[in-house]
This record gives sequence, structure tokens and C-alpha cells, in this order.
Amino acid sequence: MTTTIRHHVSDRLLMAYAAGTLPEAFSLVLATHLSLCDECRARLGEYEALGGQVLERSDLAMAEGSLEACLARIEGLAPVARPQPRRAHGVFPAPLAKYVGGGPEKVKWRPLGMGVRQAILPTARGATARLLYIPAGQAVPDHGHRGTELTLVLQGAFADSTDRFGRGDLEIADEDLEHTPIAEAGEDCICLAATDAPLRFNALIPRLLQPVFRI
Amino acid sequence: MMFDASPAQNLDAPPSRRPYAALARVKRRAEKVTAEAGEDWTAHLLAVRDRQDRAAFAALFQHFAPRVKGFLVKSGTSPAQAEECAQDVMETLWQKAQLFDPERASVATWVFTIARNRRIDMARRAARPEPEDLPWGPEAEPDQHAALELAQETALLGEALARLPQAQRALIEKAFYGDLSHSEISEQTGLPMGTVKSRIRLALEKLRQSFEGARG
Repeated sequence: MTTTIRHHVSDRLLMAYAAGTLPEAFSLVLATHLSLCDECRARLGEYEALGGQVLERSDLAMAEGSLEACLARIEGLAPVARPQPRRAHGVFPAPLAKYVGGGPEKVKWRPLGMGVRQAILPTARGATARLLYIPAGQAVPDHGHRGTELTLVLQGAFADSTDRFGRGDLEIADEDLEHTPIAEAGEDCICLAATDAPLRFNALIPRLLQPVFRI
Repeated sequence: MMFDASPAQNLDAPPSRRPYAALARVKRRAEKVTAEAGEDWTAHLLAVRDRQDRAAFAALFQHFAPRVKGFLVKSGTSPAQAEECAQDVMETLWQKAQLFDPERASVATWVFTIARNRRIDMARRAARPEPEDLPWGPEAEPDQHAALELAQETALLGEALARLPQAQRALIEKAFYGDLSHSEISEQTGLPMGTVKSRIRLALEKLRQSFEGARG
């Protein structure tokens, strides 16, 4: 299932995800990658264990009577059953499917030209998440970016000057990387991308309406 | 490590007309349980999970609630809100004990993840996407050995953290308290883990091995 993933989450991103300090859009990309990658999942477990040990060292006395208050609060509280495992929808792992409301067929794509389509996902401010649909063999247009950009392949594959990226592979690009990703021939490529730089829009109106319609 | 369940069952009886006497019993038993178990928090949490053992819960509260509070205050939460939030976290521990898997996490790790998620809820009102549940091999009988090994490796990790030079430890702590913003982490190439000495890497490596052992 995960043996073909060659591009993984960096230590600093994984630690920030474990610490809970990443913007929501980045967390979404990581949660989606982690759903496909046992190796990074195990590494996440380590960083969360490290967080547990940081917590162990953070002792501050509770107020008088706090135990009594808590015992009163749990009085009669029924245990919560283990929830049903969340399922992937097609090529979308569960955390992504939750944002889309299902699989790729549920995405409200908007054309970017040359057959390339995108859909911006609703996340909190600080970073933006979007799905990209790139026809097989097609280059991704207008791909300058500021800030950090994470790109996770969900279907098909793309290649740029650095390497080839297939399903589950995560490319971490900073401002220095000038790249022109090209979707591989064969299957159309679907990627989940997140950036902490503001996305540029062609028109002012869609930008103003974005928070209203959560496009 | 098993507890004698009978006193706990008494606590499930109709509320006493002398609640303080009942509370004193819970507290005494919590102390006894703690002394017997050393610091085997996993056994305490399993007692909560499997038989709603209030004495075991009280022992967990006395250890972890102050740590959750301290963690949140260091993360920038006001002491009053941290106190309230520590109560919430412990309530969650009681209600969601079914979700605890000792082969995957120590109690400290699990409590940390609950506190972290509460902090995100409070600070940003933003969601935190979680990975889906991966199939980690066929559902097996609980493996006591794997759980014990994980607990031991986690303790070693704690010791390694304690032995780190102060500056390096502070860097890790800041990263978890959220003092180190994402962009700050980005600016410091390879930090924080890149500069952390081999001891903590070794401890993480051992922990990884025990995770892999748990996965079979």
C-alpha cells in the first residue's frame, strides 16, 4: 500500500503537525499524506510521544477542589464508544473526503485554462488548500509561488526538474524552487496543494466573495 | 498490573448521603493505587476504560491535570482558562477511554494529543484534520508485551529529553508550546530536530522499533 511512496513529510513539518501549530490547510495535506503512509504515521507517533514528555515536564498546581469538581462532572457520564473508522472515497483519503463531501466526483472544479482545473477548499486563514486537476501530459500553468507550497499527489503522477511524484508523494517547495510540473501521460493527475502565501486571483470580485461562498 | 475491582464497584453504588466520606475513600484508594502501580498510568487508564474505575481516574487526574494546566499556560493560555481546559481534558479522558490503545501510545502521549486538540479549538476555532484509521495489521488480542515495551521506550524518551542541554530542550519545548511559529521553524533550517543530540534520536529510534513491533 505504501511501499511506492518516496517523498515524505519533513521532520520540521511533522513535528509542527504533532505540536498542532500548522495552519489548517497544511494540516489537511499532512493528514491526507499520513492516511496513505505508514512510515510517516510511525514517525508522527514518535513526535507525539515527545510532546507527551514535554507535557510531563509542565507541572502547575490545580486550584483547590478541582478533583472534587471533576469527579462531580463525570458523575453519570456514559463512556463514548469507539467511532466507526472513517473511510476513503475513491482516491480521496478520509480527511480530504470530509472537506469535499465525498470523492473526486463531488469536487466543484473551476477552470484555470488549458484543461487544468482547481477547487479551493474551506480552511482557516493563514494558508490556502486547493485541489488541482491536470490532464495527462499537461503542464501546470503560472506556477510561481511565494512562501511554502506542499503538493500531494492523489491520482496519476507529475514530474518536474527535481523528481517524479506519484500517488502519496509529497513535494515540499519553497520560494527558491522554480518548477514547471508536468502531468505524466496516461492518467489525469489530481493533487492536493497548500500554500501559506496568498493565492492570486484574476478578478477582484471572486476574491471578495471567497469568504462568503467559501469557494 | 491489575487492580482489585471491588472497592471501585462500591463507588458505582447509589450516591452516598455522605459524599465527603465517599470522596475521602476515592482519594485514599487513589493514593494506594498509585503506590501499588508505581507510575503505571497505562494500568490506571485501562481500569478507567474497562470498568470505569473512579479511584484510578482520581490518580490520573492528580498526575495529569496539573501537567495539562502547566502545558496550556506555557502555550499562552490564561491560568483560569487552562484550569477549565484541564478539567475538560480529564473529562474527555474519562468519556473516551475506549479510544485509548496502549500499544500505540503511552498515557502521557494520549493526554498530550487531547490537550493539543483542545488548544487548537480554543485558539483558532479551526479544525485539525486527522488521518484516517489505518489498518495496522489484523485485529489481534491486546499484546501486553508490546504495550509495556512502548511505555518503557516512552519513559526513556522522557529521560533523554531531561538530559538534553537546556537550550536544545527549550527549543523542543517551545515547538510544542506553539511559541515557535511555523515560519520561525522554516527559517531555522533543519531545526529543531536537526540540532538535537544523538541521545534523543536514539530514543526516538527505539520508540520507532517498538511502534513497528506493535504493528506486527
